[in-house]
Formats: sequence, C-alpha cells, structure tokens
Amino acid sequence: MESLKQKLQQHFADQLVECELNRGELTLHIEAEQIIPVCKALRDEFTFTQLIDLCGVDYSAYGNSGWETKQATEHGFSRAREAFSQIDDVDEGFRYAVVYHLLSVQNNNRVRLKVDLIAETPIIDSVTSIWHSADWYEREAFDLFGILFKGHQDLRRILTDYGFVGHPFRKDFPLIGNVEMLYDPEQKRVIYQPVSIEPRTLVPRVIRDDNRYLQSAGKAKK
Amino acid sequence: MHADPHIGLLHRGTEKLAESKPYNQSIGYMDRLDYVSMMCNEHAYVMAIEKLLGIEPPIRAQYIRVLFDEMTRVLNHLMWLGAHGLDIGAMTVFLYCFREREDLMDCYEAVSGARLHATYYRPGGVYRDLPNSMPQYQKSKWHSEAEVKKLNQSREGSLLDFIEDFCQRFPKCVDEYETLLTDNRIWKQRTVGIGVVSPERALQLGFTGPMLRGSGVEWDLRRKQPYEVYDRLDFDIPVGKEGDCYDRYLVRVEEMRQSNKIMQQCIDWLRVNPGPVIIDNVKVAPPSRADMKDDMEALIHHFKLFTEGYCVPEGEVYSAVEHPKGEFGIYMVSDGANKPYRVKIRAPGFPHLAAMNEMAKGHLLADVVAIIGTMDIVFGEIDR
Repeated sequence: MESLKQKLQQHFADQLVECELNRGELTLHIEAEQIIPVCKALRDEFTFTQLIDLCGVDYSAYGNSGWETKQATEHGFSRAREAFSQIDDVDEGFRYAVVYHLLSVQNNNRVRLKVDLIAETPIIDSVTSIWHSADWYEREAFDLFGILFKGHQDLRRILTDYGFVGHPFRKDFPLIGNVEMLYDPEQKRVIYQPVSIEPRTLVPRVIRDDNRYLQSAGKAKK
Repeated sequence: MHADPHIGLLHRGTEKLAESKPYNQSIGYMDRLDYVSMMCNEHAYVMAIEKLLGIEPPIRAQYIRVLFDEMTRVLNHLMWLGAHGLDIGAMTVFLYCFREREDLMDCYEAVSGARLHATYYRPGGVYRDLPNSMPQYQKSKWHSEAEVKKLNQSREGSLLDFIEDFCQRFPKCVDEYETLLTDNRIWKQRTVGIGVVSPERALQLGFTGPMLRGSGVEWDLRRKQPYEVYDRLDFDIPVGKEGDCYDRYLVRVEEMRQSNKIMQQCIDWLRVNPGPVIIDNVKVAPPSRADMKDDMEALIHHFKLFTEGYCVPEGEVYSAVEHPKGEFGIYMVSDGANKPYRVKIRAPGFPHLAAMNEMAKGHLLADVVAIIGTMDIVFGEIDR
C-alpha cells in the first residue's frame, strides 16, 4: 500500500489535494474538475478496472452531538431535551462529498477517491463513460442527496417513489419524512398528506472524548 | 428493445435509519437487507465497526463466523437454485432445496433463537457460544412416536453434531439436484448461451461473486483478501468459462460443495478448541450476567452499553466480505459519536440488476426470466 501511495502521489502530483493511508486504506482527495482525467488514469494506468461503489455523503451535521457531555458532572442531564441540534450554514462552503471505491482485480488493491462539493450547486462530471457501473450509483446519489452528475445520460430518481419531493439522505431531511400516504375512503383513492407522527429519539447522539482513541482520531472530514 | 428495471419499491432507508441509532441496534437491520443470506450481511457490518474500533474477535468467534457464513452461503444458493429452477420450469428441485434449507434454519434457530433474522454477530465476536443440545421434535397428531424418533436421530447430540451430520448428508443432496438439472436437456436449452457476459464487460459492469467468476475471472475475497480465518482453510474457487447462465449455475453448485467442505473443517476445529466467543472488553461487549450480579462496575458497563452504546473513534472504513451474491461492503463514516455518521451499503445485486439491459439484449422475453434468475436477485439488498 505504501508503495502504491508513493506511485499515486508522484503520478498525480498536480491533481491531488491530499493522499492519506489510514487503517490500511488509501484515500485520494481531489478537486471536482479533475475527476475525469484522474479516473481515466486510475483505470488505464493503475488497473483499477472496477468501480465497486459510488456514494454521496452530506457533511453538514458532522461532529454535532445532540447532547453536550462535557458539562455533565456540573449540571447533570435533562432527559427530555430537544433531540435534534440545528444544522447551521448548510448553504455555504463544502457540504457534500462523492466517494468512489475502486478495485483492481489484477493487482489486488483498493483505493478510495473523495471529492468535496459545494452546498449551493453540488455538481460533478459523470464517470459513466469510464465505468459503466457508475450509471445506477450516480442515479442513487442524485436521488438521495441531490448531487448532479454532468454528462449522465439518464439522471432520474431510482430508489424513491414516483413524484417524490426532496432528497431524503440529506441531514436536514427529517427521518420521519414530510408526507404520509393513506387511503381516503371518501375520495376512494390513495392520498398524500403532511406527516402526522411526531419524530422521537430514543438514544441521543453523543460524542465522547475518549482518551483511548485520541491518537487514532483522524481528520476524516479533511 | 430496451429493458429498464424500476427499483426502489422495497426501499426502507436502512442507511438513514442506521444513522439514527447506536451501532449495535442496526445489526438487526442488516439481516433484513439480503434476507436469504442474513449472517453474511451482519458480518460486513460488524467487521466495519471492529476495524474502526481497532479490535479483533477471539479466534473461536472467527471460526464460528466462518462456519455460519458458509452455512449462509449454502442457504442462499439453495434458495437461489430452487427459485431459479422454478422460474424456468423445474418444479421438483425447489422442493428438494427447501428440504435441506429447513435443517440449516434449525441451526440458525439453535444458535440465535431466530430462524431467519439472527442478529447473532456482534462487534468483537458472536452473541453466544454454540449450544450443547438441539431442540427436538415432539410427538403430535401428525407425527407418531416412531416418526419422531427417526426425526430426532440426528438431534441427540450438540449443534456441532447436527451440523456434521448435515455435512455428511449434503454432498449426496447436491448430487440429487445435479441429476435433475446438469444434463437435463430442457435446463440446458434454457440456460446455455443465455446472458453471456465477457470477463472485460463483467469488470466494467461492476460484477462480483459468482457473476464475475462465471465469466472466468478468478476473484474471491475469501482467498484474495482473506478475512477472519479463511487463510487457514482449504477450499477451491470454481470458475466458469463461457459466462452464460449455465456456467453460473455450475459455479454456484460447486460453491455449495466447497462451502460444505469449509463447514466440515470449522466443525473439526471448533470441537477441540473451546474458548471465549466474544472479546473481553466491557467498553464494547457486555459483561457476563454472572458478573453483573455482584460487580457494580459490570452493572454500570452493561447499563451504559444498552442505553447509550459505545462511541467509535472518528474515521472512515470500507469493509467487504465475499457474500453469496458477490462483494457485500459497508462504507462507514464515524465522527466519534455513538451512532454512525454515514453508512453506505454496497449491495452486490445492485450493479448486477443494473446490467439487465445489456444482458437481455437480443434475447427473447422468456430469457429475461432466466437472466433475472441467474443474477440471484433479492430486492431487500438492492433497494435497501
């Protein structure tokens, strides 16, 4: 892995933002404009013939915890607190990331490619021309996160319902959803209406500074 | 002609749900992804957590996991063979396959209490050790004393005895399926030369598992990137030649035989090597019930684990297992909380189904049935 890292660093000296080897996994961070040339080179020169996975990530709530744990000893907790911490600044700066997992069957190694995208217009070139398997994966990332893939032939929703509104895996989309569907006996058809169930959190989200992990704490976000 | 599969009708948002609960509470969701190979799904998930935490399960737990992974592979391939046969006109094999599945699901039940959705694997090991007895049939209106006695014959001993008995019977059963299908003229007419995929296209389309091996690419994570104890076990990797439905059928049938061989090796090891089956680390795995009764600290650890869960260090990992259908991977991002920040499930069936249009091109509508069958489609994992 170490030698592959050096080779990649040399080859992509101009394009790489960062290259890290963590827990035996190699991650390349690149800029959105570079995606096509970098992917082409990875496939043709580094034998990464397979795109194993492509997914979106929404980083807007990264590191938010629903419960401030540090003051616990002084004040104690309140059981009934609002569970969701507000997500601020969702429309500024880098918010999304597209993550590509590549596999080389010839050399038996893997690499992860990460591209950060801005919140306003998350758009990136499609890699369907390089790996055919990207087709549905990009549709999925578009459906769930609203990330746009320039050059994709058929960028439709894939997993959500026909006529669905919104991108459900964004962190500001409620877990419970926005609409519910039921049969209306008067109109004799299925109707949609605003969701009536109240969201509820059984276990709050907690981040504890555990000193056992302080050394290994990476900078995943970048 | 153009084939455009519409998926998502079984989309439950598993990944989003996993973001909203502590790590351990999502293990049960993994069973419900590919609901015919439950424990393999769990395996990839707990492996991702273990990788983030930097822990390793005890060796006995690793053998138990391999044993149940291979049992799951047999379960999956039996389901596939039965359903695929039924789809293209072979009724009998379906009944035969379900006869053997019954025994294996009894093993699931003996070890976890559930026949399908086991939730048996835990970060750091497995939930509990293999039981020393098997549940037995009772006399009833439908089963006489003599019948019950015959049914209980293999259930007198421990779970391992029962599995061993199965392993000895099973190769004969596979022979039975093969006499029904392998040289069957109708079976061959329906599968030979149907849905041919070249090795280059298979890679390009993101195929893994039997779909890739059927096209002649020798690629198996159990061998190439071994996890748990696969590097200590002896097994072969069957590879196809033509890349058609018939070759993929042969590959899967041979995989059942190989899985049986692996199971036998695991049983032999497990018999002579007792030991712990879950990590001795109360920050991740609960303390024993006995300790909880008189140790305050153990009780606190138990309480913390089952209310808040454990916090996982910040970072991201991708862990993959050789699932019966292909490469099943979990990409997990943690920001240091007690819940995952993002979980992406790499389901093997997803790219397979995406290739539907290409594989069905130039074939008759009836062949689409054979092609869907050969992909081993389960929507639980594709729609997630």
